[in-house]
Amino acid sequence: MYRKRNRSRRDVLKATAGMAAVATAGTLMPWQVGRAASLTVGFIYVGPKDDYGYNQAHAEGAAALRSIEGVTLVEEENVSETVDVQKSMESMINFDGVTLLFPTSFGYFDPHILALAPGYPDLRFQHCGGLWTAGQHPTNVGSYFGYIGMGQYLNGIVAGHATTSGKIGFVAAKPIPQVLLNVNSFLLGARSVDSSITCQVIFTGEWSMPVKEAEATNALIDQGADVVTCHVDGPKVVMETAAGRGAWLCGYHANQAPLAPAQYLTGAEWNWAKVYQDMVAATLAGGTIDNFVRGGLAEGFIKMSPLGPAVSETARNHFEVARAEIMQGGFAVIRGPLKDNRGNVVAADGQSFAETDVALERMDYLVEGVIGSTS
Amino acid sequence: MMPAEPDLGLWGVPLAILGGAIRVSTPFLFVSLGECLTERAGRVNLGLEGTLVLGAMTGYGAACESGSPWLGVGAAALAGALFGALHGILCRLPRVNDIATGIALMLLGIGLAFFLGKPFIQPVAPDLPAIPFGWWSESPRVRAALNVNVLFLMGCGLAVALAWMFRATRVGLTIRVVGDSSDAARAMGARLHTVRLLATAAGGALAGVGGAYLSLYYPGSWNEGIASGQGLMAVALVIFARWHPLRCLGAALLFGGAGALGPALQAVGLTQGYHLFYAAPYVLTLGLLVATSSPARALAGAPGELSISR
Repeated sequence: MYRKRNRSRRDVLKATAGMAAVATAGTLMPWQVGRAASLTVGFIYVGPKDDYGYNQAHAEGAAALRSIEGVTLVEEENVSETVDVQKSMESMINFDGVTLLFPTSFGYFDPHILALAPGYPDLRFQHCGGLWTAGQHPTNVGSYFGYIGMGQYLNGIVAGHATTSGKIGFVAAKPIPQVLLNVNSFLLGARSVDSSITCQVIFTGEWSMPVKEAEATNALIDQGADVVTCHVDGPKVVMETAAGRGAWLCGYHANQAPLAPAQYLTGAEWNWAKVYQDMVAATLAGGTIDNFVRGGLAEGFIKMSPLGPAVSETARNHFEVARAEIMQGGFAVIRGPLKDNRGNVVAADGQSFAETDVALERMDYLVEGVIGSTS
Repeated sequence: MMPAEPDLGLWGVPLAILGGAIRVSTPFLFVSLGECLTERAGRVNLGLEGTLVLGAMTGYGAACESGSPWLGVGAAALAGALFGALHGILCRLPRVNDIATGIALMLLGIGLAFFLGKPFIQPVAPDLPAIPFGWWSESPRVRAALNVNVLFLMGCGLAVALAWMFRATRVGLTIRVVGDSSDAARAMGARLHTVRLLATAAGGALAGVGGAYLSLYYPGSWNEGIASGQGLMAVALVIFARWHPLRCLGAALLFGGAGALGPALQAVGLTQGYHLFYAAPYVLTLGLLVATSSPARALAGAPGELSISR
């Protein structure tokens, strides 16, 4: 039945010679030749790169780099925010020759990129969403992000006009500053229509957890929310569940209108292609990328989905006026007098935090009118 | 677009748990029934997580292509049965460990599903129908909670049928003998390997149907995070249910309801410490296991031929 096979010395020698021949042939192939003066770029995603959401937005931006001559793209998906990402980065650096890295998930920054970057001073680590601070973090690490909170503010305006129950809902993944800013912006946008509107937020605790997202959406609608948006990696489940329950939808990350064209109001979308092309072009030209890159609607980092058929004329006008104001730059969603939902003052009368204000990226509160807790 | 209704307040929580138990429990139910059947025949199939994911992908893909969700369920069952049969055939080979094979097949199933499922992430497939048992109620919440999917009812029926089969039919008794003692089964003249192979394939088919429920009804779309360990938990539920189909049904409902607790409590404003509420199903399982076990009968009800109890 089971027989032990003895390999002769001749077999071993043959196999070794074969492998050596294959390796030599590989190095002689033409694709190795043109690589010297080019750039190899590595992208790491926390989920699948076609999740109809966060990772897909990044992957589409990365795909836009293929049109640039001399750029080789290396991608890895489903890399968790643990020591795994350090291994992925090291493997990209050492085996694929990547010199410009884009680890795209928030949790990759601290401690993983910060641990690895000092060991590779010649390489560049570009992280999405982290708060890079001069003097405190390595200079070969850069941070970029878009003011997507403005998009959620515009979502909120449309939601504020659409709601009849005065309650809107938000399915959120983790209580990190960007998510909290989105929740707060969504509510404040709605409150610019009617100051009695409240927003219920439910945290699922993970970037992608479809069953919990569906449960959270059902729970929000059970509690009377009639407009729903979200900040999870793949909004498809939230959108489909909410649409099935008859709620209005505001999209996130990408345009989800095809999922429920009649109920989709608008959505806040990323536009990474331009950002990535600019960064790679700068690197290829021998220049440097700023350590701290931010942009919003005006800079083309984010865009809004076309308004849906259910958006009223009043809502449309309000939306366009607000968008024009944001496009001028310096718009402040968080402006005083404003309290958080525990009664602490977060902005005094006359105080305001413009979209560019770094303080917003340390947000740890939910504003008055948001029903939910950060812990 | 929604009629105003009185605030249910805290009454919303039991309602949400009931609705959640019905919505979330079905994949647990099907996978645990499948594993129960397989283990009763004396074999462990840890690969059902992979079968679940593969079933979800196959079901969604087939429903997308054909336009019929029921064809999707059929395709998922077929894929599950093939995967189960593969496990059964591999385990028949001498000196093959069913635990190791199961883990290998789990990884293979997940990998295959991710690879083949890429084109189906964006398209929308038709959903399985649900029966509105809440028609008598004015409240849309009650109606939503009592929207019961046909597969859930089939799963409940199946649990009863399996329990009856194990207790009172020739097929059931043969499976039990094969699972409890190979020697006795041989003496009886039962075809040991064939029975185990068929039980493993049937168990795989059930897990495939559980996957189809995930992608075709709730949450109702195919993506790579869809199962997130539910298949593994369902395998553990079988031990918790002491290899009894009716107790599998109870355990699945309990798990589903406990899973709905986190979002429901946040929705009524109990927002502090939601991480703890999300851990509720696991705490509950641990608690019940501690409460129901004793050193005297550690693996009561375990089939004798199972590699973990042998």
